[in-house]
Amino acid sequence: MGKHLFLGDEAIAQAAIDAGLSGVYAYPGTPSTEITEYIQNSATAGERGIHSRWSVNEKTALEAALGMSYAGKRALCCMKHVGLNVAADCFMNAAMSGIHGGLIILTADDPSMHSSQNEQDNRVLGNFAMIPILEPSSQQEAYDMTYEGFGLSEKLGYPILMRITTRMAHSRAGVETRPPREQNPLHFPEDGKQRFILLPALARKRFKALLAAQDSFIRESETSLYNTYFDAPDKTLGILTTGIAFNYLSENYPGGFQHPVLKICQYPLPRKQIERLAGDCGAILVLEEGYPVVEEQLKGFLGRGISIHGRLDGTLRREGELTPDSVGKALGKDVNSYYSVPEIVVQRPPALCTGCGHRDVYEALNEVINTYQGAKVFSDIGCYTLGALPPFRAIDSCIDMGASITMAKGAADAGAFPAVCVIGDSTFTHSGMTGLLDCVNEQTPVTIIISDNETTGMTGGQDSAGTGRLEAICEGIGVAPGHIRVMIPLKKNYEEMKRIIREEIEYKGVSVLIPRRECIQTLKRKHPAKK
Amino acid sequence: MKTDIILSGVGGQGILSIAAVIGEAALKEGLYMKQSEVHGMSQRGGDVQSHLRLSDHPIASDLIPRGQADLIISLEPMESLRYLPYLKKEGWVVTNAQAYVNIPDYPGMESIRAELDKLIRKVVLDVENLAKEAGSARAANIVMLGAATPFLGIEYTRIEEGIRTVFRRKGEEVVALNLKALRAGFGAARQLTDGNQ
Repeated sequence: MGKHLFLGDEAIAQAAIDAGLSGVYAYPGTPSTEITEYIQNSATAGERGIHSRWSVNEKTALEAALGMSYAGKRALCCMKHVGLNVAADCFMNAAMSGIHGGLIILTADDPSMHSSQNEQDNRVLGNFAMIPILEPSSQQEAYDMTYEGFGLSEKLGYPILMRITTRMAHSRAGVETRPPREQNPLHFPEDGKQRFILLPALARKRFKALLAAQDSFIRESETSLYNTYFDAPDKTLGILTTGIAFNYLSENYPGGFQHPVLKICQYPLPRKQIERLAGDCGAILVLEEGYPVVEEQLKGFLGRGISIHGRLDGTLRREGELTPDSVGKALGKDVNSYYSVPEIVVQRPPALCTGCGHRDVYEALNEVINTYQGAKVFSDIGCYTLGALPPFRAIDSCIDMGASITMAKGAADAGAFPAVCVIGDSTFTHSGMTGLLDCVNEQTPVTIIISDNETTGMTGGQDSAGTGRLEAICEGIGVAPGHIRVMIPLKKNYEEMKRIIREEIEYKGVSVLIPRRECIQTLKRKHPAKK
Repeated sequence: MKTDIILSGVGGQGILSIAAVIGEAALKEGLYMKQSEVHGMSQRGGDVQSHLRLSDHPIASDLIPRGQADLIISLEPMESLRYLPYLKKEGWVVTNAQAYVNIPDYPGMESIRAELDKLIRKVVLDVENLAKEAGSARAANIVMLGAATPFLGIEYTRIEEGIRTVFRRKGEEVVALNLKALRAGFGAARQLTDGNQ
C-alpha cells in the first residue's frame, strides 16, 4: 500500500494483482502491452504464482481467461482495440454464458491512431455484447475500478469490459493502492452445464437471462460512485462527459463548472442521472473520447426536442482524440497560441532501425520484384510495415493480423503473379498459420516471406510464440520441405537471397522463405556493452 | 506552484529518463504530477514528446493546453521548434544545439539557428559535448535535465535525489556519472542565463 507513480496500464496491473488475480492473458499490442509486462515483472505476482505468459493471439487469450474464470478464479484479459475483433467470437459468447470467477476484459483503444490501423471505439462492442463497461477518468480510478471490477463481475455474473484509451494507458500519475486480497479457491460453477453449453435450446435461455440482467446493470450504473452529477447555476447547457473527457472539461473550468455536468465512467448509461440532466438543461453537450456512442444513444432515448451537441453536429471533430483545446473550443473559449511552428520544421516519421534484418529483406526483395511487371507484395502488422515508407516502398497492403498470406492467396486465385507476402514471425503464429493451411490445401502459387526477428518487435521485444519452430510448423501444416528456405538477411548474402526469392517465385506452389536474424533492439538489450 | 513542461526529442534519445527523474523528484516534493508519453511506433527514430505537468494542486488534464507550457525541454533543436504552439508567451525553451539527422530533408543548421535566435527566453547548449567533457558521454539527456533544472520550480537537491532513485538499480557508478552530468548542465545553463532571468 502507499502512493506510487503509475502509468494507467501499471495501475490496472497492480490493482489486478491486489484484487486476487490468478492469471493475465494477452497478446502484446500498443497501448495495452505494459499491463501484462508489469505483472510479468512483479515480484508479488511471481510469489503468488499468477499466470502471465503471452498468449498466441487475443482469441486464445480470452478463451483461456474464460476457462480460468470457469474454474472460479479471477482472470484479466488485455488487448489493444483491434485485438477485440480477433477475440470477438469468444467475447460475444462469454456474455451469453456469463462468468464464474471475476473476469475483466480490457481494451486499450487508440483514438488518433498513434500506433494503429483504425480508431474503433470498443464501447460499441461492449454495448453489442450487452455487458457493463468501465471507463476510468484517472489513473486512480483505473486502479480502483480494476480492484473492485472483479467483485462487480462476480456479483453480476457477467464479464466486465474495461475501456481505456492511449492517454490513460500511457500517462503517469500518483496512485494510492489498497490492501491485497487472497486469490479465489478452485471451484466450478454449480450450474455449469446450463450456462456454458451454448446449444440452441440452452442458449435461448441464456439470452433471456442476459436481457433480464440489463436492469441490474443499469441499477449498478445509477448507484455507481463513478457516475457523478455536479450541479451548477447556468442551466442553458448541460454537459455529459465520459472517461477522460471529464479532465479536459475540468481543465477549462479551473474555478468550478458553470453548467451542470454529468460525469459518466460506468455503463450502461445511468438513466436516472441522464433524465435529470435532460430535465434541468435546455441543451446537452456530449464530450466523449472516440465514437459518438453516448451521443447517438441520447438521441434515441431523449426524444423530446432537446438539442444534443457533440461529434455528430460538428461541435467537435468526428475523428481523432479529444484535447483540452478541442474541448475548450467546443465550449466557446479562446485557445491562444503565442508561437507557431516555423515553416522549416519537417516531419520525422518512424523508420526501421539501422542494422535491422527487415531492411535487408526489403533490399533483396525489391531488386527481384522490380524485374516482374505488376508484382504485388501483401504485408502485415509489425515493424516491417514501415517497409511501406521510403526508401523501400516495398509493400502494397497492411490490413489486419495475418491478412498478408490470405490476401496473397486471394490475389493469386484471381490470377495475380507473382503473389508475394511479407509477415513477421509473431504475426505468423498469431493469425498466419491458418491462412497458410488454406494455401497448402489448394497448392496456391504464393511466396510467403516470414521475416523472422525472433521476437514481437513493434511492441518492444516480447517473446514470440513460434521462435525456433517456424520450419517445423510450416512443414507440419504441409509445406513441402524443399520449399521452406531459411536465409540470413545480411548484405553479404544478397546474391543468394535474390536467387532463392526468384526460384521460389517461379515455383508454382506454396513456398515459405524464412530470413532469420535477431531483432537489433533485443540483441542490444542482451549485450549492452556491444553498443 | 505549477510547471507545465513539454519534453521532446527523437526516439531513443532518453526523454523518458528525464521525465522519470523529474517525476520522482516531484513525488518526493509532495507535488501532484501527470506525465503523458508516447510508446510504440514513434520509438522507431520518429519524433517523440511527453507532456509533464507538476503542481501543488490536483491536475485535471494529462495534456497541456496550447499556449500554456512554461518550458520546452528538447534533446534536438528542430524538435524544440515543433512544439512552440504549446509555449506560453513568457515560457522558456531549453534545447540541445546538436541536430539528430536521420531524415533526408532535415533543414539547414543556419535556418534552425535563426529560428532559435528569434526566441526571447532560451538556453541552447551542446549537451553531447558537455557530457563528454564531464566524462559521462552516455548521459547527454541528464546534462539537458541539469540545464533545465533552474526552470522546474523544484530544488536542485531534489532532482539529485530523483537521479539516485531512478538509477540506483544500475549501480553506484552510474548514479555518480549521472550526478556529474546533471551538475555540468546546471552550471552551463546558469552561466548562459545569468542576468537574463
